[in-house]
Amino acid sequence: MSELHELTVAAALQRIGAGELAADEYFDAYAEATADDDLNAFLWRAEPGSRGAGGEPLRGVPIGVKDLFCTEGIETTAGSRILEGYRPPYTATAVRKLGEAGARLLGKTNMDEFAMGSSNENSAYGPVLNPWDRSRVPGGSSGGSAAAVAGRLAPAAIGTDTGGSIRQPAALCGIVGLKPTYGAISRYGMVAFASSLDQCGPLTRDVTDSALLLRTMEGRDPHDSTSVGIAPGVALPSREDLAGLRIGVARDFSHHAEGVEPGVAEVFERSLQLVAELGGEVAEVELPHAEHGISAYYVIAPAEASSNLARYDGVRYGLRAEGSGELVEMYERTRAQGFGAEVKRRIMLGTYTLSSGYYDAYYGQAQRVRTKIADDFASAFEQVDLILTPTSPSVAFELGAKTADPLAMYLSDYFTVPMSLAGIPAISIPAGLAEPPGGGSRLPVGLQITAPAFAETALLDAAHALERAIGFDARPGCAG
Amino acid sequence: MIEREQVLHVARLARLEISEADIERISGELSGILEHVDRIATLDLEGVEPTSHVVALENVLRPDTPTPSLPRERVLEPAPDPVDGAFRVPSPGPQ
Repeated sequence: MSELHELTVAAALQRIGAGELAADEYFDAYAEATADDDLNAFLWRAEPGSRGAGGEPLRGVPIGVKDLFCTEGIETTAGSRILEGYRPPYTATAVRKLGEAGARLLGKTNMDEFAMGSSNENSAYGPVLNPWDRSRVPGGSSGGSAAAVAGRLAPAAIGTDTGGSIRQPAALCGIVGLKPTYGAISRYGMVAFASSLDQCGPLTRDVTDSALLLRTMEGRDPHDSTSVGIAPGVALPSREDLAGLRIGVARDFSHHAEGVEPGVAEVFERSLQLVAELGGEVAEVELPHAEHGISAYYVIAPAEASSNLARYDGVRYGLRAEGSGELVEMYERTRAQGFGAEVKRRIMLGTYTLSSGYYDAYYGQAQRVRTKIADDFASAFEQVDLILTPTSPSVAFELGAKTADPLAMYLSDYFTVPMSLAGIPAISIPAGLAEPPGGGSRLPVGLQITAPAFAETALLDAAHALERAIGFDARPGCAG
Repeated sequence: MIEREQVLHVARLARLEISEADIERISGELSGILEHVDRIATLDLEGVEPTSHVVALENVLRPDTPTPSLPRERVLEPAPDPVDGAFRVPSPGPQ
């Protein structure tokens, strides 16, 4: 690791622009670092000396890409055995746009299988380790992307967020993770999990880098009819105070909620004090249905997944079970061998709730709860500009701590799921360090800021002001 | 409680082979998750419109202009058993 590995993307680009750093040297420094990846953050790595086609403004910037994005000719597994060896015939739009802006593919990052998980322990290729404490999880499902950026193996990465899969690992690894508004970035070439919720976003060292990647990737794409982009674009953040802004906190959906670790609550309270010091006005809002987010999400997401994952049947790509006999037997064996336990659990759950006689009681009711959650946010945003919550109720937990209890794992997403259901943008920024409940060295805590749909510029601006005031400068191995 | 017969029925619908040993575990796990999910069953949401899509979009149209598709051989490349420009599958058996 060198001083180069500490630079933000914006700082590196400045040096490259000034002729003080060669883009190739910058890329190779990271390609060499990933060769010694001892976090299991990468599933595929570019060789040092790999060169891109060039382009602006991200000239030469190495980017880690979650293995959920199709990359032409490069293995794309989605963290699953069922796609082992799959080399897609095309590249995802988000990745293509980064490439056209000059960024170079540094590697494909490890992830929970089909993005289903909150700890990265559901990867068929082994768990990712948290660089702050290797006995702990990095969060998930974009755990490889988060660990790579925090562990100085990548300056920036992209991931996907269906119910918190960018924000929660960013929080647990002490970096910035943004889930844009649904529709901001094309989903074309992103392996589908729950199509009405999936959204691509950046994982970066700071808020400015997050804006840099977002403005490169956003936009309408003819290949994804649900993509609309962000009009009128995304400005780079410059705000240094919160004067004139009203910042909402929902009492029952904040640090007072059940299950929030004391260390997390403490850091959150300090963040609220900072809001006031920056000239923002903290106001109480009501989000009465947010607490039902997890219930609605664990009906809607598995239902959509059970449908999306029907395509893995041993016919067009990926695994086919050997000696399978007739067609249906081949389907059943291939899926039994190719999918891991969590993916099977969600397929079963989704198939059950969509099955005859249960559809309205589960799926219909969950969709109505979704409406109420979106309405709650809309009413709150009539009174405030932004809403603050902790990102995760806990700091990074130990490997294996929640694998035996699916429901406990699902509750990791308590604070992130409602924004996904409402389709609105939210960012997690590192807000401080806290001791885990059982004791031990202090670990990062994330602060989640939420804005109305397509208000990314205002969101990033406020995040920038808070980031400056928080001054988080701890990093793995140097927590102080 | 999700009974054994329901687990087997759902596994058949989902085209998932499950082992005898897994049935009880799956039944327990699904029951636990659904018990949590059932909290929303008691909410009175009569008359609330269900949300299936969060961005206000209606009839996204585009000109009907033909564009080239991916070459057939590239699409067949990742298939487990491509033959004569097609995907070969085992026999569906006597119908």
